[in-house]
Amino acid sequence: MTAEQARTLLAERLPGAQVAGDRPMVVTVPPDAWVPLARLVKETLGCWFFSFLSAVDWKEEGLEVVAKVDNADDTLSLLLKTRLGPGVTACPSLTGVYKGANWMERECYDMFGIRFEGHPDLRRILLGDDWAGHPLLKSYPVDAPHPPYR
Amino acid sequence: MAEWVYPLIAPFIVLNAILGIVTYVTLLERKFAARMQSRIGPYRVGPHGLLQPIADAIKLMMKEDVVPTAADRPVYILAPVVFLIPCMLIFATIPFAPGLGVADLNIGILFFLAVSAMEIVGLFMAGWGSNNKYALLSAMRAVNQVISYDLPFIFAALVPVLLAGSLRLSDIAAAQAGLWFVFYPVIGQLAFVAFIVSTVAAENRAPFDILEAESELVAGFRVEYSGMKFAIIQLGEYAHVIGASFLGALLFLGAWAGPGPEWMGPIWFLLKAMFVFLVVTWVRWSFVRIRVDQILALSWKALLPATLVLLVGTAVVVVWRTPGV
Amino acid sequence: MTTAASPSRVEIDYTGSERLTMNMGPQHPSAHGVFRAILTLEGEQVVGVDAVIGYLHRCHEKLAETLTYAQYPSIASKTDYVAAMTSEFAYVRAAEMIGKIEVPKRAQYLRVIAAELQRVASHLLWLGTWCLDMGGALGGGATIFLYCIRERELVLDLFESLVGARLLYGFYQVGGVRYDLPPGWPEKCRETVDLIDRRIDEYQRMLEENPFFLVRTQGVGVISRELAQEVGISGPLVRGSGVNFDLRRTDPYSSYEDFDFRVPVETGGDCYARYRVRMVEFRESLQIVRQALDRLPEGPVSSRPGLKSVAQVRIPKGEAYARVEGARGEVGCYLIADGSAKPYRMKWRGASFSNLAVLPHIIPGHKVADVVAIMGSVDPVFGEVDR
Repeated sequence: MTAEQARTLLAERLPGAQVAGDRPMVVTVPPDAWVPLARLVKETLGCWFFSFLSAVDWKEEGLEVVAKVDNADDTLSLLLKTRLGPGVTACPSLTGVYKGANWMERECYDMFGIRFEGHPDLRRILLGDDWAGHPLLKSYPVDAPHPPYR
Repeated sequence: MAEWVYPLIAPFIVLNAILGIVTYVTLLERKFAARMQSRIGPYRVGPHGLLQPIADAIKLMMKEDVVPTAADRPVYILAPVVFLIPCMLIFATIPFAPGLGVADLNIGILFFLAVSAMEIVGLFMAGWGSNNKYALLSAMRAVNQVISYDLPFIFAALVPVLLAGSLRLSDIAAAQAGLWFVFYPVIGQLAFVAFIVSTVAAENRAPFDILEAESELVAGFRVEYSGMKFAIIQLGEYAHVIGASFLGALLFLGAWAGPGPEWMGPIWFLLKAMFVFLVVTWVRWSFVRIRVDQILALSWKALLPATLVLLVGTAVVVVWRTPGV
Repeated sequence: MTTAASPSRVEIDYTGSERLTMNMGPQHPSAHGVFRAILTLEGEQVVGVDAVIGYLHRCHEKLAETLTYAQYPSIASKTDYVAAMTSEFAYVRAAEMIGKIEVPKRAQYLRVIAAELQRVASHLLWLGTWCLDMGGALGGGATIFLYCIRERELVLDLFESLVGARLLYGFYQVGGVRYDLPPGWPEKCRETVDLIDRRIDEYQRMLEENPFFLVRTQGVGVISRELAQEVGISGPLVRGSGVNFDLRRTDPYSSYEDFDFRVPVETGGDCYARYRVRMVEFRESLQIVRQALDRLPEGPVSSRPGLKSVAQVRIPKGEAYARVEGARGEVGCYLIADGSAKPYRMKWRGASFSNLAVLPHIIPGHKVADVVAIMGSVDPVFGEVDR
């Protein structure tokens, strides 16, 4: 599966996707095509290695969820992106397609407050269960005051 | 001297001597282990670390005695004592020289084996009384393990009994005047090896120290003990190891037989016991530990049948060799 | 659901089917750091694992947004503090990919030497602590631990004469490396490499001919090939399960294509297979160091020397994901730059975070003692897990 073949496949199966770049190939889709894209990439393009899933806070433009998958055998490298609109914090979950997305999505929820629909166990992973706020949002100041430990 | 003096003084002397030996045996083990690991061991306290055990004893006496609130107090407090008593009592029947011993019973070895198995009661009391899951898990493993390995221990120890024809320990030692039992063709060596393996296991020494497994159970049944109670438990453990080493030296290595004058006997005995102890320690510092189900499998599937066969074989050989039977 | 870590009191709690909930708490001699595993036991068998992490969370990703490209590499070491150079490597490569900054050949070779020596040091610590966990702090495990630490000290001495620091360095910088080799370093390095090679033979014999070790590691913690591919684990874990995935081969960077080395792959999937993979990796890393020292080209060690002023490096707008084959797997840095002196967003892809996610899949069904052996063979470093 070369990059060219991947591009043509993506173009015909998911017309709404924008494809750019070569290594990694950046594929941007709207949120409702997120899970179909992941399924296509895993089953047809053979990208079995789930590298990471994270989010970027673009301030007024809203949040963007980023995932990286690889087909290590053919050195095909894809960076999947989806823009949630401004103020939107819900995104479909990839745990049904990739098992490795489980903890990554929990971290995203912990740091950005994005709720992943369909995640089996969405709770904070790195911070304590009683933490208030989502640190990696740009609106969360670096020197936010935090009450001392009870 | 009067009849009643000897039975009072002898145990007192033996008990104190054992306490002294046990404290210095900890230093011996630490130095030995350190040399195996290319380091030095205790060095600063006293010349070459010779005052280290005394420093440790003083430290433990000065430590705060913490009792968990939810612990079962009577059980928790009694457990170290119940653990220590059998470990000290085993020295009662060991003769340190011909005629020099606390009580040379005519069922000497039976007494030793029976009493040494009683430490399991103290062990379980410690695990239960601590009200701690780690301690409980470790105590349950301990019961499993000690019971499984006491049987091969007994069978291996009975081989010299058969060869000597008596349960009295001084008779067994005297019967080795010609040839130490460990040098008996095949039977002696096999019995010695089986004895060492079951000693290591019955005393919860690595690689069979699953019950204290620091990396899993964080000191096991001892986890809630501190200060002098901990010291008593340590004392009991090491006393048991030394006792089994003395027994091994007596059963297999000829006890006090050795070149030199008569009074050198106890010194040879001590040296041989230290040899057995060092073999056990050497094994401890060389192997990783195995899982509890593997330990039990080793005992029930391999060691027990082997020692049973060995015992029966020894009996056959003895009967065959004895004229007129 | 469980709340934040409760202190050392644990309650014995028997539900109807005789299940015991046991806490292998954050303070534990073999937790490899701070890790809490809430085990559900039936007798000695583990039937459920809930892994609680986050005890070492320092929010590196937020911190990176406040530090410049010249300041952050020293801080990057603190993620994977056992193999610190790996994290610096990933960050610096990401910045260079966005800014299209060239790295001179000598710097690339020095980076490779440092990275491979770091891998050796990390695996030495792994071997020592794994045997320590399996054998006890007062037992046979401690013997191998002390031998491995003794060898690791030799490697750390090399780093100290090169960088000045033993554990957390600031060796890599955007454009190359910060220091050149001091005189006499290549000879000392070759001596150390030969010594370590001989000693590894000894440890391998000591362990592989030991039936206790074999019985403790074979058949334990099997990660099947399918599971390995699905969960996103990398490094020796995935190579021990039969998947030939090594970033130095599939996606070569920093002149790795110039070197001749073997990538070990074992199909067993159990702890013993992972152990064998890492033992071969030892020797291959030492081989790479020897080759790099032999062919070290002359030249500058950085294309942007004298990087002292904190605002000097500016990376234009762009994004990149740079990854490095660390001792534990794929360590990656996803960097979004916005033209200023500080990054807009930086995401660490920690190898141990993804590797640890496999634990709830493989531990149930094993005994309590195996939990320790499996955790050791997964080799997590919690700086990388929690960042």
